Formats: sequence, C-alpha cells, structure tokens
Amino acid sequence: MTGSVTLAASVPELILSIGAMLLLLVAGWRGDEASRGISWAAVALFVAASVSLIGAPSHAGIAYGGLYRADAFAGFAKLLIYIASAVSIMLAPGWFSRTGAMRAEYPVLILLSATGMGIMVSAGDLLTLYVGLELQSLAAYVLASCMRRDLRSAEAGLKYFVLGALASGILLYGISLLYGFTGTTQFSGIHAAIADRGLSTGILFGLVFVFAGLAFKISAVPFHMWTPDVYEGAPTPVTAFFASAPKVAAMALMVRVAVEAMGPATDAWRQIIIFSSLASIVLGAVAAIGQTNIKRLLAYSSINNVGFALIGLAAGTPEGVASVMTYMTVYIAMTLGSFLCIIRMRDLDGAPVESIAALSGLSRSRPGLAAALAMFMFSLAGIPPLFGFYPKLAVFGAATNAGYFWLAVAGAVGSVVGAYYYLKIVKTMYFDEPAPLLASSDDKIEGGLIALSALAISPLGYLAIPVLSAATLTAAKALF
Amino acid sequence: MIQILAFYLFAIVVVLSGVLCVTARNPVHSVMWLILAFFNAAGLMLLVGAEFIAMLLVIVYVGAVAVLFLFVVMMLDIDFTEMRSGFAKYLPIGVALVAVLAGEIIFATSAWNAGGIPLGDAPTPDPEAIPNIQALGLLIYTRYLFIFEGAGLVLLVALIGAIVLTHRKRGDVRHQNIAKQNQRRPEEATVNMKPPVGQGVEL
Repeated sequence: MTGSVTLAASVPELILSIGAMLLLLVAGWRGDEASRGISWAAVALFVAASVSLIGAPSHAGIAYGGLYRADAFAGFAKLLIYIASAVSIMLAPGWFSRTGAMRAEYPVLILLSATGMGIMVSAGDLLTLYVGLELQSLAAYVLASCMRRDLRSAEAGLKYFVLGALASGILLYGISLLYGFTGTTQFSGIHAAIADRGLSTGILFGLVFVFAGLAFKISAVPFHMWTPDVYEGAPTPVTAFFASAPKVAAMALMVRVAVEAMGPATDAWRQIIIFSSLASIVLGAVAAIGQTNIKRLLAYSSINNVGFALIGLAAGTPEGVASVMTYMTVYIAMTLGSFLCIIRMRDLDGAPVESIAALSGLSRSRPGLAAALAMFMFSLAGIPPLFGFYPKLAVFGAATNAGYFWLAVAGAVGSVVGAYYYLKIVKTMYFDEPAPLLASSDDKIEGGLIALSALAISPLGYLAIPVLSAATLTAAKALF
Repeated sequence: MIQILAFYLFAIVVVLSGVLCVTARNPVHSVMWLILAFFNAAGLMLLVGAEFIAMLLVIVYVGAVAVLFLFVVMMLDIDFTEMRSGFAKYLPIGVALVAVLAGEIIFATSAWNAGGIPLGDAPTPDPEAIPNIQALGLLIYTRYLFIFEGAGLVLLVALIGAIVLTHRKRGDVRHQNIAKQNQRRPEEATVNMKPPVGQGVEL
C-alpha cells in the first residue's frame, strides 16, 4: 500500500487533530472571548470528519502496516462518536455562560479526545489501542476538572485521573503478557497465535487483564466505582460527554479486541463478559434506587445500560455485535437527551440544580421539559412503544439465537428492576407537590437538541430500523 | 580484560553512590550521588551493548529527571529529618519487601532457565547487522509512525491540561511592552535641568 493511500485512510483523525491545533492557536491568541466561535468551528470539524467517513478511502481496510483499520465497523462507531462529541460541544456555551466563563480550550480538548476515540475504534494493534485510549482519557481528566474553583469538579478530575491511571496500568500489564506469550502486538497476529498454539495460561492472564482495563473505561461492574463520583462532580456538559462518546468508543474497542484479537478464545472471554454484564445490570438497577442526585442516578443508569450492551457481545456472533452497536446508537440518543434536560434545570438565580426532589411537580411548571424527560426515562427503562425498547429486544434476541436463553431472561428481569427508579422520576415530576420553581429557558440550541433526541427515541424511531440494522450488520460483518 | 576492569569499576561506583545517595544527610548531596549512579549505570549499559539505553540514562535521567529532583529539593521546603524519623520503624517492612522481591526474581529466573515458560518469539533484528539505535529509529519513524504521532498528541494534551488547570489571569502584573520600550526616545525620557545653587532639583 502506498503512503498516500495510507494517509487517506486516517483522514478523519487528520481533520480533527490538525483542526484542533489550529483552534488551539486561535484560543491562545484571542482568549476565552473566542470560545463561542471556536465551539462552532469545532462542530464544523466534526461535520467534516463525518463526511470524510463516506467514500472509498475510509473503507480502505488495513493501513499503516496493520496498526490502523478503516472498515465499516470503525466508520459506524466514529459516526456515533462524532455526533455525541458535537452535541457535547453545542450544549456547553449555554451552561457555562450561566455558571462561569466558558474556557476556549473546552472544544479543543473534546476534539483531541474524539481523535483519540477514533484511533481507539480503528485500532488494529495493541499499541494503537493504548495510544488512542490514553489520548481520550488524558483529555477527559482535564475536562472533568475544568471548573477549577468548584471543589467537586477538582475532586472528580483527581479521582478519575488516579483510577484511570490504575486501569491503564492493568491494561498495559495485560498487553505486555499478550506480547510476551504471542510474540506480536497485532490483533491478527494474536488471533493466529491463539488459533495455532491454543490458549496458554499466559495468554489467558493477558486476556483477563486487558478486559479488566477496558471494563474500567466502559464502567462495567466490578470496575464501576469511579462512575457516580466523576459524573456527579464534573460539569454537566462534560458529564454528558463522558456518558456518551467515550462509552461508544470503549465499547467498540472492547468488541473489536474480543472478536478480532481473541476470536479463537471466545469461550474464555464469554464467561467474563457474562459475569460483568449481569453484575452491571443488577448493581446499576439496585444502587440507583437510593440516589437523590440526578447525575448520580444517570451514572448508575449508564452502568446498567452497559450491562445490557454486553449481553450482545456475550453472544459472540455477528448478530450480537450488530445488536451492541444498535444499543449504543439508541443509548447515546437517550443519554444525551436526559442530560440536555438536566442542563436546563436551574433555580431562579441561574445556579444549576441537581437534586431529584427539585423535579417535583415539574409537569405543572414546565410541561414541555417534564414530558421530554419522562420520554427519556421511559425509553431508558425500555418500555415500548418508545424506541429504547428495540435495542434491548435486539440484544436479548442475539443472546437467545446464540443459545443463551437464560442470559436473555436474566437481562429482562434486571430491566424490570431497573424500571423502578426511572418510573420514580416520572412519578416525582407528575404526581408530587410542586417544588420551588425552576427558571425557564429560551436557549434555542438546547431546545432544538432536546426535540431532536426526543424525536429519535419516539415511536417514529422504529421507521429507522431497516437502515439501522443494515448499517450495524455491515459494521459487525467487517470484524468477522 | 579491560572490559572486566571497566565492569567492576562501574559496578562498584554504582553500588557505592547508591548507598551514599540513601545515607547522605544533605538532600542536595543525595541528588548528586544519584546523578553519579546514573552515569555509571549508563557505562554498564554500554558494556552490554545497549547503547540506546545508555543514552537514555544520560539524556533523560541525568538531563531531565535528576535536574527536576534537584529543583524540587531546592525549591520545596521539605523537612528531611522528619521524613527519616520513621526509618527504624519501617525497616522490617522494607526488608520483608526486599526479601519477597528477591525471592520472586530468583524464582522467575530459575523458571526461565528451566524452560518452563513458552513465550512467543518476537522478531528481533540481528545485532551484528544493524546497531540497535538505528533499528529502533527505523521502526519508530516508519512502521510505528502513526503511534509516534499519536504519542505526540498525548503530550500536547498534557501540555494543554497543565495550562488549563493551573494558569489564571492576574490583574496586578505589569507586562513588558517591547514596542513601547523601543519607541521611547531620549528626549522623552531625560530632562535637562539647571538647578540654582543651594536648591534641590524639582522634578
């Protein structure tokens, strides 16, 4: 493969990283006043990167001597990542203008983080995986503590950093074991080594450590401890970002490592994934019940949802992988929608409100917002006719078809338990005595984004199923 | 013969300066002993033919890390006598850790020598045909170029992060204005006065 073709395969990353550096210069020159313009320029860069995913070069296959894969799977995951990152940038200026000055570096850091996520989902080698993961995480640590004067934000950043460094260490240990026992860091090479020589104890150890490191990034139980604290402490737009784009990237990376590198060892990793998914579903559902802070509640909700997505991976079939991608697609629409509603919650002085009690009687004071939040909650609970039901059906269907009927049943039981706390929020909004009034908002961008995500998860979403299932299946087939 | 002599010279100096680094009363002296240990370890690396690691030791450890240590030691007000006060108390734990680690190393090397660990064979270039610095350079700048650039981006993020999290605007700082300085002419800056006898200068 010639050099130019290789470069062309990674055009999305080039657009994002070079654009981020240019915007960094603008930020350095003009300071924080330019942050609104930089935000829109960053959104434009995401649009350009998404457009560059279409077309031949992005499906060029293997590039950079096996380090980088540009296939349909990476393309699909990147599209989701870019959409979620662009939304996280768009909802920031409104929120930051009410609580403190918006930093011009915020969009730049999200751009660089999205570059890292693109490298993650395109990884064809353990080294690419690690560099992408570090780029994404390091930008995320800074974003979590970007409101320095807020004690909780600083705490969230520090906690995220220390635990993330520990997870990176575990991941690297696994990578070194895999390299030592297979003699290569390439996914295809590891695949061949396991297929040829079988699964030795050393490789098994490496596999467990790598999965533990990745489970931290998707916050699957038992590596979820950081999630509620970080989600609660980080500024809300940053939390919305954490709950959407990096989750998709880490999930896609996990799927790729499981299928492409560890394909012959499916029976070995399936047990880990099944345990992790059931534990995430149960813990996410039970621990959320006692929460009084809506951001903490959504953190447990994201743990719970990751558990459902992992059921699809446990199936280990192309259908299962497709269902994981379907799940993540609908998940980011629901999560971003919920966080957009939370961003609108603030008292009459403009200070953000995060307690669930403040939502009491919202249906009378702000009927539109209450209806939208109720829709997202019903959808997260997986109650038909809302679209959140369909991805759950898809992962359960994939598990059943792969012969794991009991897993689907356990997941369905877990989703009933989880429905309790989603419905409790709806009850608070519709049937409780009104709490002190929340300030009304006329931010057109936030309103438009809420309407858009509500539309995506409304029953109209079922019209998109043919397109969605075709795209996810093409993406999944690229791995097998 | 000269190699054996050089080995014993470097090895003895490394061990001695390591001991002195731990026992020196003055922390600045400790850092100096540490630098000496680094230099001699680099010499040992040269002897086994790992010239890249030798250069790393000198450039990175002596050039950057040790100087950073020196900065920390000289800038921060750390009470070293208080830090040392627990030495006797924690000595048994330290000795136990050393014993465990030494046991593990002996166990691992003997298992390795017995051939009990079936490692995959990684392709390594012939050290006779190509020196290891050249081999590393070839890999880093051609085959692993993508990752090299990615690592550069990680460093950029670290830089941005450090500035975002620590930089704040201070109102009371008077910045140097070079353009203004250059525009200044002697006639604006100096005044020719002729004070009468017995009186001071009024400015």
